[in-house]
Amino acid sequence: MRTLRTAARVLRQLTHDRRTIAMIVLVPCVLLVLLRYLFDSSPATFDRVGLVMLGVFPLIIMFLITSVAMLRERTSGTLERLLTTPIGKLDILLGYGLAFALAAAVQAALVSLVAYLALGLDTAGSAALVVLLAIGNAVLGMALGLFFSAFARNEFQAVQFMPAVILPQALLCGLFVPRAAMVGWLHAISDVLPMSYSVEALTEVGTHTRATTLMWQDAGIILAVAVVALLAGAATLRRRTG
Amino acid sequence: MNVPTEPRAATAAIDEPAIELSDLVVERGGRRILHGLTARIPRGAVTGLLGPSGSGKTTLMRCVVGVQRIRSGSVRVLGAPAGSRALRSRVGYLTQAPSVYPDLTVRENVRYFASLYRRPADPDEVIATVGLDGNAGQLVRTLSGGQWARASLACALIGRPELLVLDEPTVGQDPVLRDELWQRFHALARAGTTLLVSSHVMDEAGRCDHLLLVREGRILAHDTPAAVRAAAGTDDLDEAFLRLIRRGEEVAS
Repeated sequence: MRTLRTAARVLRQLTHDRRTIAMIVLVPCVLLVLLRYLFDSSPATFDRVGLVMLGVFPLIIMFLITSVAMLRERTSGTLERLLTTPIGKLDILLGYGLAFALAAAVQAALVSLVAYLALGLDTAGSAALVVLLAIGNAVLGMALGLFFSAFARNEFQAVQFMPAVILPQALLCGLFVPRAAMVGWLHAISDVLPMSYSVEALTEVGTHTRATTLMWQDAGIILAVAVVALLAGAATLRRRTG
Repeated sequence: MNVPTEPRAATAAIDEPAIELSDLVVERGGRRILHGLTARIPRGAVTGLLGPSGSGKTTLMRCVVGVQRIRSGSVRVLGAPAGSRALRSRVGYLTQAPSVYPDLTVRENVRYFASLYRRPADPDEVIATVGLDGNAGQLVRTLSGGQWARASLACALIGRPELLVLDEPTVGQDPVLRDELWQRFHALARAGTTLLVSSHVMDEAGRCDHLLLVREGRILAHDTPAAVRAAAGTDDLDEAFLRLIRRGEEVAS
């Protein structure tokens, strides 16, 4: 119950901030349009890269938004106050998780709609699976954001966790260089980075008409990492501080 | 035969102080902030925590609500260790810097905090109590500093706590409102609530039932305002505080 109340409160905060809502929805759409015309001469490349971006954008945006939102909660004293009330730590994190997962679902659905209908994205597998994976990625980004915000003392640090945590994953996820072609140690690193599985899952949908076992496996890994990050995030919420 | 334990425990609860500090030591960043405080704060009264800025008032309050890591000693609140789960619905805390959500309205803030308790007070009633009934639908971000602080106070009152820990609740409030708030605090105390209220203005000290004067992490005096005045030999509490400090320093040297 307290989880739902907290989710409702976070969403209410979001609805008072129209500009953030506009950016959550519009920024990935605009970026996708850029990508579409960048690969104007090669629609097949757009089908591959654009599809992957449908998963990468929500991950990045949700990571940023949640890490800043959680940092605000910490620095404004509201977190300390919450921890003196009957609410549980997991209520707080799951409340955030639920609220931003909902926001992420709306974002993923809208961006996918634009990609398929306006930009002519073509995938072998179904669009519904793409949306599902995009939501999964958004949830992953959100969970990572909640966790890493614990290590930031201020906004400057929080914002820099984006290049520190997300960029290496983007570089090693197989988008720029196929993972199979990487030198051994890079390949090993990419094996433990969750975004590698996001990209692999989306690529599976792009190239197979039906959902593959590998795709479901990857989806499971994404979800598992998200759950672990959330639990680890709850462990970083300390009732007593120095 | 454990039958008699129940009533005995109940009587003990009435005599038991609301807050019991035993040799409480707190260190922050390698510096000792509280030097072994021992005190018993009675139930159903307003106890003023008075002392200059940096004397350890906020740290002491954080110990009472259970968010401060302590070095040694103990803090018991309403018969349980400070910060224990059972206490979280019985203790209300107002932080010094207002801790409410600036991007929510006053009513949305109070309703959210109300939703965390099993039997909360009526949000609109509490909003009226802190004099914000005219601003209930306003975003906290757009309030003045004093109103912002009162929105935060409303969120501390909403859970109908048995113990209210208020860190400088009247800072920046206009004199009429300050007077109303103090009347409200005493009304709560008469109804059985225990209040621990910090302040660094001595003219508020006279309004408390008991005073806990602290300086540099040590207790200078813990008594009623009248007894503090008598002990220092002056009617002016400001002067009394000063004399007590000097006396303490003479003893030390």
